[in-house]
Amino acid sequence: MKHPDRRSFLKIAGISLGIGVLYSAYPAALAKGEVGDMFSSLGRASGETVTPFSFVQLSDSHVGFNGPPDPLGTRAFERAVEMINALPRRPDLVLFTGDLTHDTEDKDVHAQRMKQFQEISQKLNVPMIKHVPGEHDAGLDGGALYREFFGESYYSFDHRGVHFVALDNVSRAKPEVGAEQLAWLKKDLGLFSKSAPIVIFTHRPLFDLRPDWEWFTSDGDDVMNVLADFDNVTVLYGHIHRDNEHETGKVHHYAARSLIFAFPDPTGVGGPRKPLPFDKDHPFKNLGLRTVSFNGKPQPGSRALSIKDIELTAREFRGINGVQQLLRNPKV
Amino acid sequence: MFQAELTKPALITALCVSGLLALTGTKRAHADDIPVIEITAKRFAFSPDKIALKKGQTVKLRLHSEDVTHGFFLRPLKLDEEIPAGETKEVTVTPQVAGTFTTICDHFCGANHGNMNMTIVVE
Repeated sequence: MKHPDRRSFLKIAGISLGIGVLYSAYPAALAKGEVGDMFSSLGRASGETVTPFSFVQLSDSHVGFNGPPDPLGTRAFERAVEMINALPRRPDLVLFTGDLTHDTEDKDVHAQRMKQFQEISQKLNVPMIKHVPGEHDAGLDGGALYREFFGESYYSFDHRGVHFVALDNVSRAKPEVGAEQLAWLKKDLGLFSKSAPIVIFTHRPLFDLRPDWEWFTSDGDDVMNVLADFDNVTVLYGHIHRDNEHETGKVHHYAARSLIFAFPDPTGVGGPRKPLPFDKDHPFKNLGLRTVSFNGKPQPGSRALSIKDIELTAREFRGINGVQQLLRNPKV
Repeated sequence: MFQAELTKPALITALCVSGLLALTGTKRAHADDIPVIEITAKRFAFSPDKIALKKGQTVKLRLHSEDVTHGFFLRPLKLDEEIPAGETKEVTVTPQVAGTFTTICDHFCGANHGNMNMTIVVE
């Protein structure tokens, strides 16, 4: 597991608290106005200073799935890649929040699906791509195959003053994080200041959204307790195949749309969970991607991140003819 | 992921059969013993798919997996069991709230895992 070393921690702590920390540590030197400039220059050079940047969240591409709710397979995923590459401002990174592939008990077929996922995602013109697994990637084998392709299923990294934490709540087969990962999370966050901007990305919701649809994490409250000490925490997750916003104390949770099919609004819907039917006139309806902008040093009372959800478009393709063209034309 | 569509007559038949199974599946070894309800888990369904309990009455659920490991989760009744592959597990429950609840398999068991559930009615 990657863990922030002291050097990284100092950078993030200093950045998140602002230059005031440096003034406290070096009041005499900063009075001359020289060391402040030096720290700013070092921060810019290291790439970890607080500067505005944007990133993209993609989720639930389910590579390998093909069925009535989406007969187009990977078309939405490929369209999302195309849209990201056309964004006027290139994102610094893309986060995938699980269910990259659809499960199968044939390990070779599943490996082929993971390879296909990589082939499509490698077309993204971004400097960095990070992943967490979904239950369809890791639920049947404890995440063994996933780790072969994508590395550790939980980890953390720092980028331009934001601490990103990948949490795995699927590899234990049940919707849970587990004691070992919780202990790691406490240790990982233990070095950071209260105001450090933190982004948690995971697959399942970390709160009880719809437990009877398995939209929850059984030890999500334990995760929230670890996060309770921090003022700027954003949780990005997938699994529910629709956008959703929720607050737990000071923590903001955002679910992303999927890239395969959508589920209905969980509020007021009884009975079993059923996908929304495929709409031939709008083949990518309710599917999409999310852009997230980090606006720089968080101000008291304001959110460090701005969220924008974008529905996929299918360009000129509409109706049965459009869908047939989409199925035939691999370059759309 | 997907639930097979049931026609109305089929649905009524299924509910009648499952209710009957629930009744016949309830056993008492002795008059004073706790009633036992047998529930079998097999990808991707529970059998029976509906049982009825009485609020405040203790019952024993005997859970058996016929294939892989399954879960048996229902937060309102504080049920959170794991049924290992091919094994049987017993859990005692005394429902304290009335209502109709959906119990799910919360141990990922394959492609249609998301639709593996059953109904528990507490009257």
